[in-house]
Amino acid sequence: MGSWIWWTILGMAIVTYIPRAIPLTFLEGRELPPSIQNILRNIPFAVLGALIFPAIFFIQDNIWFGVIGAAAAFGIALLGANVMIVVLGSIAVLAVYSLFL
Amino acid sequence: MEQRGFSAGLKAGVSIAIGYFPVALTFGLLAKTTGLSLVEATAMSIFVFAGAAQYISLSLITAGVAPAVIILNTFIVNIRHFLMTASLNEKMQPDARWKKALYAFGITDESFSVLAIQKEDNLRTTFAAGVIAISYGSWVVFTALGHLIGANLPEFLQAAMSIALYAMFVGLLVPSMRGNRKVVSLAVIAALLNSFFFFTGWLSTGWAILVSTLASAIIIELIASKGGRS
Repeated sequence: MGSWIWWTILGMAIVTYIPRAIPLTFLEGRELPPSIQNILRNIPFAVLGALIFPAIFFIQDNIWFGVIGAAAAFGIALLGANVMIVVLGSIAVLAVYSLFL
Repeated sequence: MEQRGFSAGLKAGVSIAIGYFPVALTFGLLAKTTGLSLVEATAMSIFVFAGAAQYISLSLITAGVAPAVIILNTFIVNIRHFLMTASLNEKMQPDARWKKALYAFGITDESFSVLAIQKEDNLRTTFAAGVIAISYGSWVVFTALGHLIGANLPEFLQAAMSIALYAMFVGLLVPSMRGNRKVVSLAVIAALLNSFFFFTGWLSTGWAILVSTLASAIIIELIASKGGRS
């Protein structure tokens, strides 16, 4: 690759950093209106819903990986396990499943 | 209560590091087949640190797309982080702007989720630094390793590990959902909207996540404030 790849990486780095840095630095010490604060506090749970669905079903070409993996993750999490157990348990379930394929 | 610092952050970030392992390894491998050198591939992970955008850039490089278009596309994919860091700002302890500018670099979908879902408010900067350090370390090291060894994990393990990041999101979300209708509604509405955008193809992934998250957060706030509940 030529020097253009380095310009590309630099450009990507800058435009990726901007949306990360502006809110955290610009909003520091500023009190937002209560309704905006409430909306911002809602974001994490909404974001998780959107990050999980529908992408969790399409982790592999074979949709059953996603379906079984999602069932395993929700099943283990509903049992009250912590995040690490949910992650390792779901991987283990899919590893066993793929050995039977 | 003693507020948790760097080492607690490292511990909270372990599941991210596990989840990044197969993704970064594959990125390193793909970067190699795309024609990037070890240094170039690793530099991209060091300076950009954004999984989806880096993957997309490889396919655009292969397609011979102009750098300006790749950069514009990267921006569009990552615009959703505006929303996440604005939300995270409510959660973090007040601190010097330069420190916040520093750890802002490490905010990804995954580190945001882990930080934002913590029970306590006023999270310490050092806690965020711990979560980010282990995530970033995993991302960079395994990118380089993927390029170096030029091979992937055994297929069954690669396939099984592709659930890791999603399982982490589930593991973060479910405990908050218990007995909390508001949290359930927020997640379900955003999930339905995002699925709608996905299947209709009306919005690309980055925009779809942004719009469905924001819409869900606003709808629930409107309902909550009208009903006088919080």
